[in-house]
Amino acid sequence: MQHLNILAAQWVAPTIDYFGLAPELVLAGGLCIVLLVDLFIDERKKWLLSVISSFTLLAAMVPVLMLGLSETSVRSMFDGRYVVDNFSLVVKSLFLLAGYVVVLLSSSHIEQGEYWRGEYWFLLLTSLLGMLMMASSRDLVSIFVALEFLSIPAYMLAAWRKRDPKSNEAGVKYFMLGVFASAVMLYGMSLMYGVANSTLLTDIGAKVAATGEFSAVHALAVVFVIVGFAFKVSAVPFHTWAPDTYEGAPTPVTAFLSVASKAAGFVALVVLLYTAFPLAQDVWQPLIWVLSALTMTVGNVLALKQHNIVRMIAYSSISQGGFVLMPLAVAGLVGSGSTALRAVVLYMIVYAATNLGVFAIILAVSNKTRSGEISSYGGLFSYAPTLGVLMTIFLASLAGIPPLGGWIAKFVAFQSLIQSQSNWGYALALVGAVNSVIAFGYYGNVMREIWMRPVPDGDVTTISVPGSLRLALAITAGATLLFGVLPGVGLHFADLAEIAGAITR
Amino acid sequence: MYVNQFLFLASVLFCIGVYGVIARKNAVLILMSIELILNSVNINLLTFALRNGSTDGHTFALYIIAVAAAEVGVGLGLVLLVYRNKKTISVDDLSEMRG
Repeated sequence: MQHLNILAAQWVAPTIDYFGLAPELVLAGGLCIVLLVDLFIDERKKWLLSVISSFTLLAAMVPVLMLGLSETSVRSMFDGRYVVDNFSLVVKSLFLLAGYVVVLLSSSHIEQGEYWRGEYWFLLLTSLLGMLMMASSRDLVSIFVALEFLSIPAYMLAAWRKRDPKSNEAGVKYFMLGVFASAVMLYGMSLMYGVANSTLLTDIGAKVAATGEFSAVHALAVVFVIVGFAFKVSAVPFHTWAPDTYEGAPTPVTAFLSVASKAAGFVALVVLLYTAFPLAQDVWQPLIWVLSALTMTVGNVLALKQHNIVRMIAYSSISQGGFVLMPLAVAGLVGSGSTALRAVVLYMIVYAATNLGVFAIILAVSNKTRSGEISSYGGLFSYAPTLGVLMTIFLASLAGIPPLGGWIAKFVAFQSLIQSQSNWGYALALVGAVNSVIAFGYYGNVMREIWMRPVPDGDVTTISVPGSLRLALAITAGATLLFGVLPGVGLHFADLAEIAGAITR
Repeated sequence: MYVNQFLFLASVLFCIGVYGVIARKNAVLILMSIELILNSVNINLLTFALRNGSTDGHTFALYIIAVAAAEVGVGLGLVLLVYRNKKTISVDDLSEMRG
């Protein structure tokens, strides 16, 4: 019973850096307030909850900014299991701002229908708290807990319209595949713990670095963990849940899943690749290469034949996920680590701004047309010129047309592939370039409807956009244009993102 | 007793679980298959923890047990929701959306 000796050792309480944990603590406090206030207020005053939620998210931004400006660049807690470094601060502010925009998108939408508004805000904030934890987790256990923390409320949000069979179906499909994926990922994690005898990511990385040995079990573990996260970021062939869930879930929830939840999956994947398996690149580079090429191509081809706008955006977001994975396919080569990280972070930031903008327009237009068909966008420019122009800007940014944000994100991603000077990198850049052209097919189709087609039912009354949606549109359109016109702004944040403890190559 | 016997048991359980998730059409049976996978993970973790003499594996297994309980709670809630609306819990009948 040698192993029990560890238990007899002197136990020392870990020091907790409350300043480093402040964003999470503010959010945790805010969501408790939402839950309590929901119990005691009248049905007619439930709009207060959206105000509390949005202020909570903005209040949590304050400590993130203060931590960013403080002298200590890396705060490490619990023996390096929970780390607040520049990477985690950049993605935390991304999650909080994306969450704020989702709150703005939701506040007018969820007033419709008799559903439970208080729980909606509570679940949304809980999921965001899980994402903040994910950004700082540097241990298999805390990554697993953060993943479930952000996923379980998301399953419930997808099925939030209790009496709508489509929403039920969205929730069940998301739940079944999400839980299956996390179970497969856990099996990989258990093997990894067996190989490295530690759950700390830097220990797992250092184990291979020290011995230089790489066993078959280790390779199996890496593959299982990557497959688990491929489900989370809906990479082909693990994407089957995404279109149905995105179409069936309430539209603001779809915006949340396709932006924040997906970004959280990428954050975990990046942290694992850079700190736990940096020297296993022979295992994961080909895997990520295939996932990336398939994700871009299949997502794009299936998006071409869609008639429903949300379903089209679902497939478009799958294929955008392929572009985020693209730089990671060469991240293990000597000298490519930091450029790939920068490309991934920049792509996530720009994609979040643009895609949330698309969903803001979809919500505004569906208020009037009550339809999800692409043909219902006919003649949008003639009766709602601002919405028409903004939708064109967002779609052009997703397609990667200069001078918009999506262009600079794609440019940096391709640049990191070319700079790797490997044949695999060149080949993937070629696949990506072909896909950028295919993508213009379906983005251009919506633009043609907006600018050239007649109004389908001849109803040309203008669309009244609620104030919260106007603010969301202003933020997302501003960010999309700003990142494109002044590429330095986005690159500045992407350059800040360094993962503490990563073995950079 | 050898370590590989436990690992073999875990991998067999894992395979049965994956087969169940793929082959079963009943939502509750799929949930049970997922539980089987999670328990194979727990066996793996405890085996490695005993072999290596560290407590990390025990901690991890406790977390998995707790989180799996929360997961199944949500899952059964969703299955109940579907049953109320559609009077069936077969995943094949969940086909409102296509394409």
